[in-house]
Amino acid sequence: MKKKLLAVLFVVAILLSTLSPICFAEGKEKDYSHLKGTSINVYNWGEYISDGSEGSLDVNKAFTKKYGIKVNYTTFESNENMYNKLQSGGANYDIVIPSEYMVARLIEEDMLVELDFSNIPNYKYILPKYKNLSFDPENKYSVPYTVGMVGLIYNTTMVDDKVDSWSILWNEKYKGEILMFNNPRDAFGIAQFLLGQSVNTSNPKDWDKAIELLKEQRPLVSSYVMDEIYNKMEGGEAAFAPYYAGDYLSMADVNPDLAFVYPKEGVNYFVDAMCIPKTAENKEAAELYINFMLEEEIAVANANWICYASPHALVLESDDYELKGEPILYPAESQMPKTESFENLSYDIQNYMSQLWGELKVEGNTNIDAYIGLSVTFVLVIVFATFKFVQKKRREKYYD
Amino acid sequence: MGKKSTLLSRLIGAPYIVWAVIFILVPIGMVAYYAFTDVTGAFTFSNMSEIAKYTDTFLLSIWLGLLATVISLIIAYPLAYIIANSGENRQKIMMMLIMLPMWMNFLLRTYSWMTILEDNGFLTTTLNSVSEEIWGILNEALHSFGKELKPFEPIHLINTRGAVVLGMVYNFLPYMILPIYTVILKMDRSLIEAAQDLGCNKFQVFKNITVPLSLPGVVSGFTMVFVPSVSTFYISQKLGGTGTTLIGDIIETQFQTANNFHLGASLSFVLMILIFICLAVMNKFSDEDGEVII
Repeated sequence: MKKKLLAVLFVVAILLSTLSPICFAEGKEKDYSHLKGTSINVYNWGEYISDGSEGSLDVNKAFTKKYGIKVNYTTFESNENMYNKLQSGGANYDIVIPSEYMVARLIEEDMLVELDFSNIPNYKYILPKYKNLSFDPENKYSVPYTVGMVGLIYNTTMVDDKVDSWSILWNEKYKGEILMFNNPRDAFGIAQFLLGQSVNTSNPKDWDKAIELLKEQRPLVSSYVMDEIYNKMEGGEAAFAPYYAGDYLSMADVNPDLAFVYPKEGVNYFVDAMCIPKTAENKEAAELYINFMLEEEIAVANANWICYASPHALVLESDDYELKGEPILYPAESQMPKTESFENLSYDIQNYMSQLWGELKVEGNTNIDAYIGLSVTFVLVIVFATFKFVQKKRREKYYD
Repeated sequence: MGKKSTLLSRLIGAPYIVWAVIFILVPIGMVAYYAFTDVTGAFTFSNMSEIAKYTDTFLLSIWLGLLATVISLIIAYPLAYIIANSGENRQKIMMMLIMLPMWMNFLLRTYSWMTILEDNGFLTTTLNSVSEEIWGILNEALHSFGKELKPFEPIHLINTRGAVVLGMVYNFLPYMILPIYTVILKMDRSLIEAAQDLGCNKFQVFKNITVPLSLPGVVSGFTMVFVPSVSTFYISQKLGGTGTTLIGDIIETQFQTANNFHLGASLSFVLMILIFICLAVMNKFSDEDGEVII
């Protein structure tokens, strides 16, 4: 009996010893159990995460399941939108995912915290060419999430000219069939590429020239839009829309008549990166979230869902990646268009740009109907008032 | 005794006063503060002088708001009158049908109008094919007289001012119907009977009794449609395209993208004053008419 017991103990001991390396390895990964039950606020672009629709992986749910941390996920429509929300202090966010020029601005205004990269070991998977970029030269504050370029989407059934230049957006022939970005930076960018300026020019005169060009284009534009572009291009509502390359892939799935080109004058190259604002209340969980987003399975799910190019080494090699080698996202060196990234503009130039943008919005509105209508109303009111007045006087007289 | 009851009524009223101070007076004060200061917090009129640029936009907003309000009134008054004079069950059903769309979010309703009015949308394509047919028939008929029409131009619905006014009327119509309906319903029927006894015909009863007595409902309906129509930005952005930028759009841009709270606040401030003036004019009329009735 005793021998049997010894033997059992022996086996158990052996089993334990073989298991222990695994146990230790598990133990090496940091213990996050104390974060259980806490929550983080994530602020991201709209339609910018794999959310479980159409059988995809629900990334936020997976995170909550793994770590027991609740994710409050909200979205923004533009970098400027996000900045205002962050600056006004109306809400606390633990993670924001703005574009490069906004990251630079946030860094400059001391609104981000330095990341502790020992908590983000998966950072090693980010391709070297996406590290230490100019907006965060020492790569202390941000981790690239997606990268991409702006290009021109057009509907082949509505366009018979050769499309290779931004100048086609100024072609009278397509009046009322052109959509434009409803954010100043991207809209100005197109005019600036066409003018051969830098998109980061600090000379107000350059901006004047760009706004002249945009004002010239305005009568041809059907509307200034952002996310509605999906609806309008998929439904064949417009012939042209400049937009992000990755979104073209989603739209072309729905409407195969759509085509895409990188105009020869140059295009904007962007990097959207995950950062933690100074106001974050759960920094440790936020870093955990960033690390989680860089796990292979999660990163592949996101890349498949968002359709933007990924800066993640494992994604590019993964067999589950549906857009592997997609030439629009990953053009070969020789096909690579001329690109320029946005940088943070000085405060004065930013103000000047918003002012010009506001002018563009009301430029050339014909308001003759308003003048006529209001004057007619005014006359009617006066006539009615006098009529009432006279009636009243007459009645008073009568009673007297 | 009297003092006690005022103390009690004061106590009961206190929460409402606190509410009004926090959510009405303080925000208005903040708008005024931002409107008259610059980035450094110093007093300035520069925001106000910048507003001159947007005079046209103000006029356009007021005009479209007025148009939408008048159209709503024309639709809502007969409707409210008919509902208020029909049987109890029918009233309930009609009221529910009017309230039903409001259970859906305002943004969603406007967004779906965008899809409906689009050039490839159901409404536009049907209208276009029908009118093209009619156009062709007309043209043929005219041909025998040796005349010809201009070639047919497809109708555009989206991105026009008409679409914006439609969006306003659609979204705010219930706010016009409800107050008018309530007023007509609560009207003292004996007045109508008295008028009939004194020999008024149906039209005279309507003109001399129903209309003047329902004016308070019209005034509050007017306010409830006019104010949101003038300040809307979502409807004009989705349905108006580039040609219809309203003052609400400009204010929204100042806060959302331009980050110029001061200009945005001063625009809101001026808008508030303008709306106030419009409503004062409106109220003036109803007061005068009120005297007429007495």
